[in-house]
Amino acid sequence: MLAFVLRRLVQSLLVMFFVALLAFSMFRFLGDPIAQMVGQDTSLQERERLRVELGLNDPVPVQFARYVAGVLKGEFGISYRIGRPVDELIAERLPATLELSFVAALFALLAGIPMGVYTGLYPDRWLSKVLLSLSLMGIALPTFLIGILLILIFGVNLGLLPTFGRGEVVHIGFWSTGFLTISGLKSLIMPAITLGMFQLALIMRLVRSEMLEVLRTDFIKFARARGLSNRAVYFGHALKNTLVPVITITGLQIGSIIAFAIITESVFQWPGMGLLFIQAIQFVDIPVMSTYLILIAFFFVVINLTVDLLYYAVDPRLRVHGGAGGK
Amino acid sequence: MLSQSRFADSLRRFFDSDIWYSFKSSRVTVAAAIVTAVMILTAIFSPWIAPQNPFDPASLDLMDAFTPPVWYEDGVPKYLLGTDDQGRDMLSALMYGARISIFVGFVAVLVSMLIGVTLGVIAGYVGGAVDALIMRIADIQFTFPAILVALLVDGIMRGILPKEVHDDLVLVVIILALGVSGWPQFARTVRGSTLVEKNKEYVLAARVIGLKRSTIMLSHVLPNVLGPVLVIGTINLAIAILGEATLSFLGVGVPPTEPSLGTLIRIGNDFLFSGEWWIVIFPGLTLALLVLSVNLLGDWLRDALNPKLR
Amino acid sequence: MRLTKLFMAGAAALTLFAAQPAVTVNAETLRFAFQGDANSMDPYNLNETFTLGFLGNIYEGLIRRNANLEIEPALAESWEIVEPTRWRFHLRKGVKFHDGTPFTADDVLFSADRVRADGSDLKTRLSADTKVVKVDDYTVDFITPKPNPILIAEWETFYIMSKKWAEKYGAVKPQQATGNEENYATRHANGTGPFKLVSREIDVKTVLEANPDWWGNATKKTNVTRVEFQPISQDATRVAALLSGELDMAYPIPVQDQKRVNANPGTKVIVGPELRTIFLGMDEYRDELLYSNVKGKNPFKDKRVRQAFYQAINIEAIKKKVMRGLSNPSAMMVAPGINGWSDKYKRLPYDPKKAKALLAEAGYPNGFEVGMDCPNDRYVNDEAICQAVVSMLAKVGVKVNLLAQPKAKYFKKVLAPNFDTSFYLIGWTPSSLDALNVLYNLLNCYDPKTGRGKFNLGRYCNPEVDKLTDQILVETDQEKRNALINKAWDLTLGDIATLPLHQQALSWGVRDNVSLKQRADNVFLIREVVIKK
Repeated sequence: MLAFVLRRLVQSLLVMFFVALLAFSMFRFLGDPIAQMVGQDTSLQERERLRVELGLNDPVPVQFARYVAGVLKGEFGISYRIGRPVDELIAERLPATLELSFVAALFALLAGIPMGVYTGLYPDRWLSKVLLSLSLMGIALPTFLIGILLILIFGVNLGLLPTFGRGEVVHIGFWSTGFLTISGLKSLIMPAITLGMFQLALIMRLVRSEMLEVLRTDFIKFARARGLSNRAVYFGHALKNTLVPVITITGLQIGSIIAFAIITESVFQWPGMGLLFIQAIQFVDIPVMSTYLILIAFFFVVINLTVDLLYYAVDPRLRVHGGAGGK
Repeated sequence: MLSQSRFADSLRRFFDSDIWYSFKSSRVTVAAAIVTAVMILTAIFSPWIAPQNPFDPASLDLMDAFTPPVWYEDGVPKYLLGTDDQGRDMLSALMYGARISIFVGFVAVLVSMLIGVTLGVIAGYVGGAVDALIMRIADIQFTFPAILVALLVDGIMRGILPKEVHDDLVLVVIILALGVSGWPQFARTVRGSTLVEKNKEYVLAARVIGLKRSTIMLSHVLPNVLGPVLVIGTINLAIAILGEATLSFLGVGVPPTEPSLGTLIRIGNDFLFSGEWWIVIFPGLTLALLVLSVNLLGDWLRDALNPKLR
Repeated sequence: MRLTKLFMAGAAALTLFAAQPAVTVNAETLRFAFQGDANSMDPYNLNETFTLGFLGNIYEGLIRRNANLEIEPALAESWEIVEPTRWRFHLRKGVKFHDGTPFTADDVLFSADRVRADGSDLKTRLSADTKVVKVDDYTVDFITPKPNPILIAEWETFYIMSKKWAEKYGAVKPQQATGNEENYATRHANGTGPFKLVSREIDVKTVLEANPDWWGNATKKTNVTRVEFQPISQDATRVAALLSGELDMAYPIPVQDQKRVNANPGTKVIVGPELRTIFLGMDEYRDELLYSNVKGKNPFKDKRVRQAFYQAINIEAIKKKVMRGLSNPSAMMVAPGINGWSDKYKRLPYDPKKAKALLAEAGYPNGFEVGMDCPNDRYVNDEAICQAVVSMLAKVGVKVNLLAQPKAKYFKKVLAPNFDTSFYLIGWTPSSLDALNVLYNLLNCYDPKTGRGKFNLGRYCNPEVDKLTDQILVETDQEKRNALINKAWDLTLGDIATLPLHQQALSWGVRDNVSLKQRADNVFLIREVVIKK
C-alpha cells in the first residue's frame, strides 16, 4: 500500500513536469504580454528591451528550463500584471477558491445523491420527471447565464443577497475565511449554487442510472428474498453498488470545480484562483499561468489517488487483484 | 428481389424486437426522439427552409437590429422571433446556428468517447504500467481547460498548414480541441467500472474457456460499462456546444459573422438587462430542448442496450 | 499550543465580526467600481489611464488638470519659461507627504530620476536629455535641449514621490519585470494628494481615507472621507451591483444598459464625449495584401478603394444601433477637446452607390475579398462595430472575413513589428491631448529606429506630413502651430489615410445622491465628488 502511494507520488512529479512543459509550448499562442505591460506611448526599443529581459524571444525549451530552474530554487517568478511574487499571490487566492469549491461540492453531493436515489427508485413519479428536467436545464444553460439570472433575481430584484465579492472575510493566519461572517456566508450562496449546478445534475443522473441497473440485478432480488427491509436493500446494497462510478466522477468533478471555477468566479467577482487565472490568460501573465496549472495538476493527481484508494474501501472485490493502478 | 425481401425481413425483425417495443412503449422517449429528429432535420435543411441566410452579411440590415418578436407591437411578420444586434433574423440564425452546434457537439463528444472508452477499458483490464501511463496522461490532460488545448491545436495547425486551408479547417480544429480535452472523464469512469467487471464471474468464465483478451474486452466488459458512458456523453453534449462559443470568442472558432447556437447565447448575454431578452432566450431554449431530448434518448438507449436488464 | 493559537485567532475573529455592525457605512463613504484594478500603486509602473487616474487621488504632479482638462497649479504654485529651453517651477511650500515628511525640490529631482530609470513605463514624461536643476529648496529648473512648447502637457500624471520614503523602503527604482522581489511601492503609496492609501487587496478592494493635512483642504469640494474601490470585471455584474445599491458609482456602463440604469429608482447614467477616436486602418504599404484574393497588387494603395470603403459605411446606423446613440461620428482622427481639432472638416457622406462606382473605377466592379482584424474586449462594442462594417461592405460587393480576438492576441498580431493585418479597427487617445501625438504615432511614415509612426499599422506614408510634423514639434507660437496642424490634416484627410469612425461616449453610472464631474479622458476625480445626505 505504502509502495503504491509512493510510486504514485513519483509519477505525480512527472505529471507536473509535463504539464509545465505543455503549458510553455501553448503560451505563445495566447498573445503578447508586452502590449499589456506598457502604455501606448512606450517606445519600440523599450518594448523590445522588456521582451528580451523577460526572455520572450528565447525558444520555448530555454524559457521552460529557466522556469524549472527557478521553481527548483523556490522562485516562481513575478506576475507580469501585478508585480508580485506568484506563489504569494496564489496562496492568497487559494482559500477563496477552496471554500467556494467545498460548499459547491457539498451542495452537489447532498442534493444530487438523494435526488438520484429518489428518481432511481421511483422513475415514473412526476416529481422524478420534474427533477430530471430541471437538472438538465441547469446543464444546458451556460454557467454565465445562470449566474447572471441569479444575480438579477436575488441580488437586484429581491435585494436578498450580495451581487459580487466575498463579503467580510476573517484572516486566521494565512487563511482567509468567509465562513465566520454573515455577509461572508450570504456571499457564498449564489456562487456555490451556480458552480455546483452542473455537478449536481451529473451526480444525480449517474446515481439514478446506476440505481436503476442495480435494482434489477439478481443479488437485489436475493436480498429481498432474504426478507431485508426496503431501506436496507436500497441503502445497504443498492446504493453501495452504485458508488464506483459515482466516486470516480465526483472526484473528477471536485477537481474540475477547483480548477475551472473560472467562469463562476468571474461572474461573481469572486477573488479566487480562477479569477486570477482568467485575468492571467487575458494578460498573458506567463508566471501566473504556469504556476497555476502546475498546482492544478497536483490537485488532480492527489484527487485521483484518493479516488483509487477509495475504490479499495467501497468495493472489496477490487482488493483481490490490487487492480487500482499498481499491483 | 432477394435482397429486398431480406431487407423487409430484417425490418420486420427490428419491429418485433425488444428494442422497438421498449421504444414504442415509452411516450417520453418517442417525444424526445421526435424533437431530436426535427431539430437535426431543420439544421440539415436550414439553407432551404430558413427565411433568411444569416451568414450572408449582405442580407443583413443594421437598421433592423433589435426588432422584437412578431407578437410585440414593434414586431414585424418578416422576423417571427425578432432580430439580434446585427439585424439577423433570429429564427434563421437559430436554424443555421444549430447546424454548426449540433455537428460540432455530436462529433466532438463522439471523439472524446471513442478515445476515452478505448483507453479506459485497456487501462482497467490490462492494468500495471499501461494503466499507470494512460491514467497519468489523463491527469495531464485534465489540468488544461479546453480553451488552452484549443489554442494549442489551433496554433499548431496554423503553423504546419498553408494559410489557404485555414478557414476550411476551423471546424476540424474545434472538434479536435473539444474532443481531445474531453476524453479523460470517459477514460477514468470506464476504467473504474472495468476494474469491477473484470473480476466478476462471467469474465473469469470467459477467460477459463480460453477467449482472447480483446474479445473479452469488446464483447463482455464493454457492454457492461456503457451506462455511465452514456450519461456523461449525453451531458457533455451541452458542454461541447457551449465550449465552441468560448473558442469563437478567443478567435479560434467560427467567426462572429457566422454565429453558432453558443455564440448567439454569448452575444445575447449582453442584452439581458436591456430588455432584448429574445436574443439570448431563444437560443438558450433551443439548446436546452436539444440537450433534454438527447439525454432522454440516452437514458432509454442505456436501458435498452443493457444486457443485465434484458 | 498551536491549537490554542488557532482558537484565539478564531475568537479574535469572532469579536471582530461582532464589532462589524458598529462600523456603519456613513454617507461620506464612496463605494465605486471599475472594470479592472490599478495594476500597481507605483505611479511609474504602467502608463495607463485608469491606473494613473486612480493614483491621482493619492499622488500629485507639479501641475494638475481640472474637470475641464485645463492645466492648474498643483505641487508647483507657479512656473515661467525663463528662456525657450529653460522652465522654472516654484514649488508649493508647507506640503507634506502622507508619512509626514515635507515636500521639497529634492523630491522633484528624485522623481525626475526615478521616472526615467529602468523599469519605468513613463519615460516619455521627461526626455532623457532634459536636465533638472535645483535652484533652491523650493525652485527647480528644467532645461530641455530644444524648445518644447508642450513640456508639461502630460505632467498631470508625472507624480512626485518622496525621496526619503523611497530610500527608506528600497523603492528607489520602479518594479523590475524579472526576478522574485516585490517592490515596496507596488502595494504601498506615499503621496501628497487628497487621499491616503489605507489598505490594498489587489482585485478585491482598495481603501482610501481623506488626508487631513492636504494643502488643498481649505478650498476642496468633496465631502468624501473614505473611498472603497472594488474592481468588477463583468459588465453585467457591475451593473447589477450598482442597481442593487451596493455601489455609489460604477463605470463603464455598457451602452445598452443605460436605459435600465436610468429606469431604476435611485440610479442614473451620466454620459459625455470621450477623447478616444475609433478608426479603421488599411495596409497601404505591402505590394500584395496578406489576406485578400487580389494577387499581385494592393487595392488599398488606390485612394478610390479607400474612399469607397469610407462611403460604404453608414456611421449613423452604427451610432443608432450599435452605440445606442452614445457615439460622436468623427471626420477627424482627434476628438473635440484635443488641441488641433477643427470643425471645418466634415465626414464624406454615406453613399453605397458612389462606393460601388469608385470600386468599379478602381478595377473591382465585383469587389474583392479581404481579411479584417478586430479586438473583441478592448473598445465599446468593438466586435459589433466590426460585424456591422462587414455587413455594410458586403452590400457594395466587398467580402470581409472577420477575425475578432481578445486584445492580447489581437495586438500581438497587428502591432509593430508584425503588422500582420490587411484591415483593422483600433482606437487612440493622444495622451498629451494634442494633435502632434496623433500625427507622430499614427500618420507619420513608420521608422523602427525612432519609433515614429509606430502605431501607423497600415504604414501610410506621406513625407510632406512628416515634414509638417517636424515643424509642429518645435513651433512655440500657438497660432502658427495650429495652422501647421491644419495643413497636416488637409493632407492626411485628403489622402483618406485612415477611416475615422467615431468617439465613443463616456458612460458612468451613479446613485442619485452622488454629484461628480465627468472628465473627457475617462479619469474619475474623487476630489470633485459630493455625496448628498
